[in-house]
Parts: sequence; structure tokens; C-alpha cells
Amino acid sequence: MALNFKKETFREDYTYSNSDAAIKRFPFPFPEDQYMYSVNIEPHTKGKQGTVCEFTFDIDEHYVAECLDKKITLEQDPGRYKALPHMMDAQWDFVELTMEALAQDYPEHFSLKKQGLIWTWENKPLGIKDTFTFGDTSTLATEPFDYIGRQLQGDFVLLDHRDETLYADAGIVTSQADWSLAFNVGMSWREWHGPVPRATELGVMDRALKYLLNLQIGSPVRRLNWTMTVNPRLDTSPENYPHWGGERNTVNAENIGDLIHLRVELQTLFRLPRSNAIVFSIRCYLISLKDIATYPRWAKRLHRVQKTMHPDLIEYKGMTKFHPMMVDWLAKFDDGETLAIGTQPE
Amino acid sequence: MSMINVKVAAIEQVTPLVKHFTFVKEDGSSLPAFSGGSHVVVSIDIGGRVHRNPYSLMGSPMENEAYHISVRRQENSRGGSVFMHENVTVGMPLKITYPMNLFSLAKKGRKHILIAGGIGITPFMSQIADLKRMGANYELHYAFRSPEHGAFAAQLKESCGDHLHCYIDSNATRLDLEALLSDQPLGTHVYVCGPSPMVVATLETARNLGWPENHIHSEQFLSPPIGEPFKIQLARSNIEIQVSAEMSMLEAIEAAGVEADFLCRGGVCGRCELDVLETDGALLHNDHFLTDSEKASCKKIMPCVSRAKGERLMLDL
Repeated sequence: MALNFKKETFREDYTYSNSDAAIKRFPFPFPEDQYMYSVNIEPHTKGKQGTVCEFTFDIDEHYVAECLDKKITLEQDPGRYKALPHMMDAQWDFVELTMEALAQDYPEHFSLKKQGLIWTWENKPLGIKDTFTFGDTSTLATEPFDYIGRQLQGDFVLLDHRDETLYADAGIVTSQADWSLAFNVGMSWREWHGPVPRATELGVMDRALKYLLNLQIGSPVRRLNWTMTVNPRLDTSPENYPHWGGERNTVNAENIGDLIHLRVELQTLFRLPRSNAIVFSIRCYLISLKDIATYPRWAKRLHRVQKTMHPDLIEYKGMTKFHPMMVDWLAKFDDGETLAIGTQPE
Repeated sequence: MSMINVKVAAIEQVTPLVKHFTFVKEDGSSLPAFSGGSHVVVSIDIGGRVHRNPYSLMGSPMENEAYHISVRRQENSRGGSVFMHENVTVGMPLKITYPMNLFSLAKKGRKHILIAGGIGITPFMSQIADLKRMGANYELHYAFRSPEHGAFAAQLKESCGDHLHCYIDSNATRLDLEALLSDQPLGTHVYVCGPSPMVVATLETARNLGWPENHIHSEQFLSPPIGEPFKIQLARSNIEIQVSAEMSMLEAIEAAGVEADFLCRGGVCGRCELDVLETDGALLHNDHFLTDSEKASCKKIMPCVSRAKGERLMLDL
């Protein structure tokens, strides 16, 4: 089925919105009334038709607008793309993984034709068609990871596997929840997870690392992560904090339902074959509180989760300023009904 | 666990003790690409009992039409290698895992010293293809018993040229580890695969010479050793299982119909680790994964290669 790509913005006038269908398929991350970190990793197997996990990489109605927003961010700050020299095999592995998946899952929008190592890639929504030699960087105008990373929704980090840990040695990062690629590039697993409160004490990070070091080709995994963002802004980077940090001061009891967005990251991890590296894919979904409240089950659940949130997490996720107001706003939807475990909207 | 259905496309007797097997996908499609140093676990059914053994992939990682492994016939084995030599024939279907790499090249290394003993040459065959493609600085030091046991010496001479150095026991040419490892530039990595004494000697020599730990790499898959029979209790499954002399604990658990996690089955990767809830006897740790203090604590065990003696071993499974 062909997708209808919307014209919308993720900055300044913020014309971004979700269609009814997009709301219904939103990856709501709270199966229970309370939230705490866990190693919530599961196999990235094919999900039900229409869900965000139906395909290897999810393309939705925001695709064209998101790629345009990514382009603006990269033009303003080329440092959002970085690849250390030893990651070239991983770059080509990434090209193969993503092009093959998109061409197979969305044949009306993308195609990949191979004649030996001569590949022709066509991206119809973005009007791109190129022929190149797989493995020969001189046949593309930019580095291969940069080339295809711009044609995908979400952020990607390539992790090198050495010394019994993972190093973030390449990335294209333009829709991040307040972390910096320029700061983190070259860091090891324990270094870049250093700021996460409570998780280290719980042993979550060590267990997750052990699991990922054994990640196998052909058996990708996924997890959901979340935070809250004022306005539907993809680029909530530390580099551009002056552009978005102050927006927290604009939230009031009247506009909170429109301004505050639940930001969910569908994180997927794939072992790459030739490089033995791992792709960490972070696909961001945004939904306003008002749109969440169109499904009473979600509004009730979100109210309970936020009401019982640990203060360290409220601070870490940057919600301190508007958190009590948000809990008050959500309270009016919560009649106390017992909710069964699960993330479904109805 | 995801498996790949392959069939045997060719078998070649390379030396008196080594056979080279070529696998292709059963449906004729391409196999996944892989990285130098990877292995697959091959499942074989010996009289109703499934053996799963890890073997290094020897072909070029860039070639995805076929996979190549070599198997040395082990006379004191539990039958896996003998079965591969005597019963596996061309055209036979087999199941293998996706490639997995526990012995990868350090891509940031400035120079790579590869040390192989006998059948330990196999993981280096694919690594050399990667090193050549990357234009890396490397040396291959290959030791074997006598000229007829130098499984791939001629082929390697052709592909590696001056990078190859052979040491043949019967010609009394020996590898001087001390001399080799004491004069290398900064940024050099050393990799060893071969018989246990050679691996231990390389690791000790490098450490004594002050090599950084993360520049020393080894791979040594273990076969589950034959031992005394013992019993285990699985707490969550609520059953007791007898582990026979020739079976590993992991095989006995699987034979009892209990699903257990695993990957390499050679005591290296750590995936099959189980928590020990109660034990009255000594645990016979045979793996390379747990640290010495973890082994001494008797809290964890790797059922793929380790055993126990005693009446009671309760596992969290």
C-alpha cells in the first residue's frame, strides 16, 4: 500500500501532526502502571500488519518531512555525522541492510537492482536514483553511511565490537533526546551510559551489554525507550539547546495538551556481517498529550506512570519544569479503573 | 535459534587427518556474508542424539555462495568428528547456525601477528582474506607436525607469499615465541589458535613481555570432555536429569526436552551460563568464559563443557 507523505515541519511553526491512523499505531511504551528501567529487549521479529514493527525499518507518513528536517540539521551542523576510519566495512554493511530491507518491504517506494557489485538504488519519495559499486566509496558522492542515513527516518550509530565491549565509532544523529554524537563518538558502552541514573546500580547496563555482545547475524532485537518533549521537535540536541530549552517556559495549564509530546524511541539493534559491528537504530515517534487522550486507556495508564515516576528519572528526562502540571492534566482522564497489562490503545 | 539449512557440496581429504567440507544453501540462495575469524555451529544427528560442534569458516568473507570448514578427526572425541569424517557425504542436508565471531581482527591494529598450530589454521584462513583486502600489515606463523600435516601450506604460500612462515616439527624448525614477540612495533596485535600448550605459551610469553591484554587474542574451542556420570536438578522445570559419561550437561538438558540458551557450545561465548542454586560437590569448570573467582564461587556454570561430581547440583532453569 502506498503511503501518503505529509508536508509538515518539526521546528519554528511546528506544523507536525499525526493522522488518526498514525495515532492508533503509535508505539505506546507503558504496559504497566509503574515504570522502571529493565533490560526490555525482545527479538525484532515481524510484527502485525500496520504496526511499527511490521517491517525491519518503519517508514510512515512523516518520512519525507523528517528527511527534509534531517537535511536542514546536517547543513547547519555537519558534526551530526561522524564515522571513524576503521568503520568503513560497517558503513557498507549498513548500506546493504537498509537498502535490501526498504526495497523488499516498500517496493512501491524503493527499489534496488544488483548486477554483481554494481547496484542501482532508487528512492521515489525523495527523487533519488544512483548507480554505484558496492564496496567502492569513490562511486558515491558522500560516504556510504552518510548517503543512505539521510534517506531514513531516525538516528543510527554503528558500534564497533572490540575489547569485550562496544564503541560508538560512527553515527548520523539528528533527532536525539538531548545527547551529543560529537561528545559520545569513540566512547565505550560504560562511558556513554555513565549519566543514566539508577540503571547502573540495577545491573541493567552490564546485563544488556553481555546480551548484545552475543547478538547474532539475522536475529536483530528491539526495545522501546521514551521521554517527553515540548513541541514536536526532532532536533532536541545539546548543540541546539538555546533553540529548544526555553520552550519549556511556554507550557501552561491551557496549552499543555498540545505542547507536551510523548517521545518514544523504537530502538533496534542488528549485527552486521562483514564488519562484526552492530547498528543501533533509534527511530523517534512523537505524539501530543491531547492525541494520547483520544484513547482513554492510554491516558489513564500515562497518568499512573507519571504520578509514580521516580524523581531521579523526572530530572534525567528533563521533565521537572512541567511534570506536576502534566500529572494534573492527565488526572482528569483517570477514573481509577483497573487496567490489564498491555500497551494496546483500546 | 535461527538456523540455516545447507547441504554438503564437496568433501576433500586435505591431510591424513583433515577433511575440508563445502556447504551451500539448500535452496540455492546466497549465504550471509561474515567477518574473518567467524565460526558456525554444525548440528549432526548421531543415532538420534544431536551433536552440535563449532567450526571456523575458512573461505573468503566476500564469497557468499559457499561456506568452507575443515574438520580434524579426533580419535578420543565423543564421535562428532569421526561422524563428520565417516558418515557425512556429498549432498547430505545439515543445519548450521548463522556465523558468529568470537575471534575478530582488531581493526585499529597497526600490525597483526597470527600464530597457528595444526588445525588452528582455520580461523586465520578467513582473517587473511580480510587483512589482504584492507591492505593490512600482517605475518602468519604456521606450525605443524610434518609436511603431510601442513593442511593448507601450499595454498597459503600462494596467497600470503612472504607473509607466511612455516615451522615443521619433523624438520626440527620451531617457532621462537620469545624472539617473535619481543621485537614488534607499538600497536601490534597477536592472535593464536592451536593446541592448548601453544595457546598458553603464546599468552604467557606476550604477557611476560608486557603486551597489553587487549592486544592479545586467542580462540580455543573445547569439546565437551568425557567424564563421570552425574545428576542435575532443574529448579524451574522441576525435573532431575542424568548426565551420562559421554554427554555434556547442555546436551542432557536438551535431550530431556528443556530449552536452554546456547551459542558457541565450546566454552567461549558465555551465552549458556546457568545460575547454580545448590551444590554439594565440586563443579568441574572447563570453560574459558568465567573468571577464576567466578569459578571458585560455585554460583555459575557453563553447561556446554563443564561437569560436576557429587549427588546434588540444582540449576536455575
